[in-house]
Amino acid sequence: MTTLPTATQKKLGLVIDLDTCVGCHACVISCKEWNTGSYGAPLSDQDPYGADPVGTFLNRVHTFEVKAENTPAQVVHFPKSCLHCEDAPCVTVCPTGASYKREEDGIVLVNESDCIGCGLCAWACPYGAREMDQAEGVMKKCTLCVDRIYNENIPIEDQVPSCVRTCPAGARHFGDLADPTSGVFKLVEERGGMDLMPEQGTKPVNKYLPPRPKTDTAPELDVLGPLLAESTDGAGGFFGWLDRTLEKL
Amino acid sequence: MHPAKSIILFTALSGLGFGLMIWLGIVPGDKGTWVAAVFCLMALALSGIGLLSSLFHLGHPERAVKALSQWRSSWLSREGVVAIATMVVFTLYAAIWVLGGTPVALLGWLAAALAAVTVYCTAMIYTQMKTVPRWNSPLTPALFLLFALAGGALLAGKVTISLWLLAALGAVQIVQWMQGDKALGDSGSTMETATGLGNLGTVRLLESPHTGGPNYLLTEMVYKIGRKHAQKLRIIGFALAIGLPVLLGLVFEVKHMLAGIIVLMHLAGLLTLRWLFFAEAEHVVGLYYGKR
Repeated sequence: MTTLPTATQKKLGLVIDLDTCVGCHACVISCKEWNTGSYGAPLSDQDPYGADPVGTFLNRVHTFEVKAENTPAQVVHFPKSCLHCEDAPCVTVCPTGASYKREEDGIVLVNESDCIGCGLCAWACPYGAREMDQAEGVMKKCTLCVDRIYNENIPIEDQVPSCVRTCPAGARHFGDLADPTSGVFKLVEERGGMDLMPEQGTKPVNKYLPPRPKTDTAPELDVLGPLLAESTDGAGGFFGWLDRTLEKL
Repeated sequence: MHPAKSIILFTALSGLGFGLMIWLGIVPGDKGTWVAAVFCLMALALSGIGLLSSLFHLGHPERAVKALSQWRSSWLSREGVVAIATMVVFTLYAAIWVLGGTPVALLGWLAAALAAVTVYCTAMIYTQMKTVPRWNSPLTPALFLLFALAGGALLAGKVTISLWLLAALGAVQIVQWMQGDKALGDSGSTMETATGLGNLGTVRLLESPHTGGPNYLLTEMVYKIGRKHAQKLRIIGFALAIGLPVLLGLVFEVKHMLAGIIVLMHLAGLLTLRWLFFAEAEHVVGLYYGKR
């Protein structure tokens, strides 16, 4: 059914730390690697070794520059995947019931055998989280690695989404955002986790932790100034004598 | 948004077909058997071809029947269900009219009402998109319904009423353009809200999240080719769909040959304006790419 559940028992999702992300794209690659070989259609590439390679990705990293007046520009690496919204517009537009949000954990999924590839859900998503696979003609999206997180056949440390497992900077966190005792819930509380495009009314489950304010870039702090100033303080020996002699001329 | 041919034909032709059904259902007139048959077949052919061409847009058209299942929540599903109901009721109405000689008014009105609801559902597929501020307005269904009613009246040979409807359509189209041009700005979505980084300053894209050419999201949602000539195309489309038909209708007595020319002109204008409807529409996902 493409009606949304009124409430979900859990809100499984990601918390992404924009302060920590180094923009290495490891999450992009590990996501593609895991999800191209697991359930459903593979994530195809078109012209992969040619001049214009394009392909299906469930997770992409943008890099932005943020600049306020009188402060140096700041670079923010910005991973973006499905936010598993509470009020997911992609689900309700689906004409076949292929798109659904799970009542037990809030994960938004696509049943590919019901997907007709109309593309309407991708239009309805403000975040660009859904991509139509050009080879298979069905809609692909982040599953929150539903085939890992409940998979008891793999070691416990691997029972998290592939992107979280692989992040070398520890910028990605996975957990139940409805549980006040969970690590992700506390992170959001402490760091002021935010929603993307809140004006769209989608109520995303995934949260982003804003970059911490930079303390070493205050404009009054002049790092090179003392080194460049014309000063002979502390000059001794030959240079001290030269300094004093030249001063007298 | 990417202006797919299949979707332009679907919305334009099915709109005309259902528009014609509305007029044939409400005011069948005292047409002879053959004339009635031709008109009814034309309505069914236009809406049928339109609906079929929508299937070419699908990645898996063989599963299209599944799209009829989610009418409780999905406008696309509703559109499919009501379109089929309209075709069935109108076919029954047409069969009784052509074979029996007299139209059944009740069936005609029912077919007309269903046809209007179908066009409304078609428009709502686009209107519901909060992500496309240009479409997310009551003007979208007004535009689609007026196109169907005016085009249907032209096809049905209702000259006087069609001129009034074309005038109304022209007015709504102009207001829709004026509102639409500032819709993205008014939506409140910016690169700053998209990234949540607005409190740190002004945001710009440093590196896009892909190599090579544009990815699926850009080709589908950030279609820019049409925008360069948008103003010229607006004038051409408006003149063909609305301006010239009204002018010719006012100056000359509209009969046979001229009526045919006017209908073809309107169709060409309708296709141009429908192409623009998609090509001009900006999706908020473009903000993540520093584009609109």
